[in-house]
Amino acid sequence: MSERTLFDKVWNQHTVKTLPSGQTQLFIGLHLIHEVTSPQAFAMLRERNLTVLYPQRTVATVDHIVPTEDQSRPYADGLAEEMMVAIENNTSSNGITLHNVGDGKQGVVHIVAPELGLTQPGMTVACGDSHTATHGAFGAIAFGIGTSQVRDVLATQTLAMGGLKVRRIEVTGALKAGVYAKDLVLHIIRVLGVNGGVGYAYEFAGEAIEALDMEGRMTVCNMAIEGGARCGYINPDQVTFDYLKGREHAPTGAAWDNACAWWSSIASDVDAVFDDVVTFDASTIQPTITWGITPAQGLGIEENIPAVSDFPAEDAALIGEAYEYMSFEAGQAIAGTGIDVAFIGSCTNGRMSDLREAARIAELHGGTVPAQVKAFVVPGSEQVKKLAEEEGLDKVFVKHGFEWREAGCSMCLAMNPDKLVGRQVSASTSNRNFKGRQGSSTGRTLLMSPAMVVVAALEGVVTDVRPLVEKGASA
Amino acid sequence: MSAVTHIKGRAVPVRGNDIDTDRIIPARFLRCVTFDGLGEHAFADDRAQLKEKGETHAFDKEEYAGANVLLVNANFGCGSSREHAPQSLAKWGIEAIVGISYAEIFFNNNIALGIPCIQVSPEEADGIQTAIESDPNLDVAINVETAEISYGASVIKGILHEGVRNRFLTGSWDATGMLVEAADEVAATAGKLPYMNGFQK
Ligand code: SF4
Repeated sequence: MSERTLFDKVWNQHTVKTLPSGQTQLFIGLHLIHEVTSPQAFAMLRERNLTVLYPQRTVATVDHIVPTEDQSRPYADGLAEEMMVAIENNTSSNGITLHNVGDGKQGVVHIVAPELGLTQPGMTVACGDSHTATHGAFGAIAFGIGTSQVRDVLATQTLAMGGLKVRRIEVTGALKAGVYAKDLVLHIIRVLGVNGGVGYAYEFAGEAIEALDMEGRMTVCNMAIEGGARCGYINPDQVTFDYLKGREHAPTGAAWDNACAWWSSIASDVDAVFDDVVTFDASTIQPTITWGITPAQGLGIEENIPAVSDFPAEDAALIGEAYEYMSFEAGQAIAGTGIDVAFIGSCTNGRMSDLREAARIAELHGGTVPAQVKAFVVPGSEQVKKLAEEEGLDKVFVKHGFEWREAGCSMCLAMNPDKLVGRQVSASTSNRNFKGRQGSSTGRTLLMSPAMVVVAALEGVVTDVRPLVEKGASA
Repeated sequence: MSAVTHIKGRAVPVRGNDIDTDRIIPARFLRCVTFDGLGEHAFADDRAQLKEKGETHAFDKEEYAGANVLLVNANFGCGSSREHAPQSLAKWGIEAIVGISYAEIFFNNNIALGIPCIQVSPEEADGIQTAIESDPNLDVAINVETAEISYGASVIKGILHEGVRNRFLTGSWDATGMLVEAADEVAATAGKLPYMNGFQK
């Protein structure tokens, strides 16, 4: 049993009571909702004559179905329009703030809440979306939940939850140039497996984690869920406080000092006890990309597609399925794989630092996206879009042949018009390479960092970004 | 809510590890404001792809029509938190799931729908799947209290964690009613959290 970890402290402070089932009734400090998983929850409330208990603790935005080109209403997709109307009505009739398209604060829910300062250390956060783990970057305990649980949070501001074990993932050393937070987390998932984290909260720690800025930390925590963990978090430190200071919902004046003191107090103690500890050396990690149909089927850019015999016997069927779906053979190099589509965006890699690095790589390369490749950049939020345009990043992307879009989830899950066609191969900064994930039931996805997507787009084939980065460093 | 104590009927095997919720219900079917009608789209893409290859997915095989117990393998329901996935299975007719392991959000979503997900060993999962594949009409019965699954002449003892089991047995699998009762305690907990009062000491 873990003791004195951030997870234990936050859990204990938010425990309302132990339920007859043995589960804990846990208070949720911040509840985020979006258009896909909330309409049925509001309908259930109405059926039971329940109201929203703490409307000011729920914040809504729209992201999954929002088109990234023509955003005029009503949407061409009547079902999407119906979902928009539902969230507009449900939020207004329940006194819930909605950051809607065009208000300057709309975007992917996991990008919007941090940039507004809504996500803070020591909070419990819940959202009807599995990538809620992202908010753990602030030292919050953040859970993705289903729609019935969205109903529970709306009605009671609490959840019935079973406890978790805590695994400390200690990352020593430093990432090499051209290797990013995305590579780090893809590598961790590759080693621990897609269900290695079942029953656990992941605490990411160590010098390589501390060296990440808040956006890199969000990328890491975002994908904790892909490793099977129920949530992932990083202890808050000065980097966290500096990011929060001055944001719209961050405390000010005397409250700021009180907040910093409390936030510091909830970090894991030096003598905290973990259920287990796993160590990685950041300096050994290469640019990492996925070759298969689960996020754990990854490999370093210098490696070849693994053989079935590299995996435990029970995975043989899954590995065979991955070869067949992806049209890869054991022993084949991943570098040089042709791509058709390049997607930069999502709650994993749609933030400012991602776009800045992507634009920098495009400039270092100097080329243009070849005709056979469709490349597009989708900022994670309206704020990211505005700031990127102020810095001229949009012009850099367009100059190199990338399309520049409006904010949303886009081709991360392809509920809007952005979709792969047929068996197209996509180089994507998103978080899931499941069969059919990007809108075509036979479409193929290679997950990688934004820098790697940019070179893949410009070269037309999967390419190691490190030589370019080194060129940039010596220039 | 009513107690869930016994599930009786027939089973349908869907083999494979790491079957994610995008495969259980592809994203395009999430464009909806109710869960109605999701049943027919369960495993839509997997079914279509097998059909193209001249094969048939279990959900399309006549011998499994009307089955109410789903037999799966490891890490079933990983990926997206979409409750549309268990809802689509429930609307198809599934009332219980037997498999090696489940992704946690999926597992919890099923509790909220009153659908027990029982854990068995890899050998037991394969054993019951093989038995059903050779005789789809075999009677299957699940005793939620003991987590025993009987099929034909065989009985296996699965795992259903006590806390979860009690929620099914006492009819408190739908958490809302139980959570609503504690409104005063919720307010007391909230009152002690520094961020709930704007960090005023
Ligand atoms: S960007 Fe992708 S993973 Fe993130 S919330 Fe949107 S659909 Fe989900």
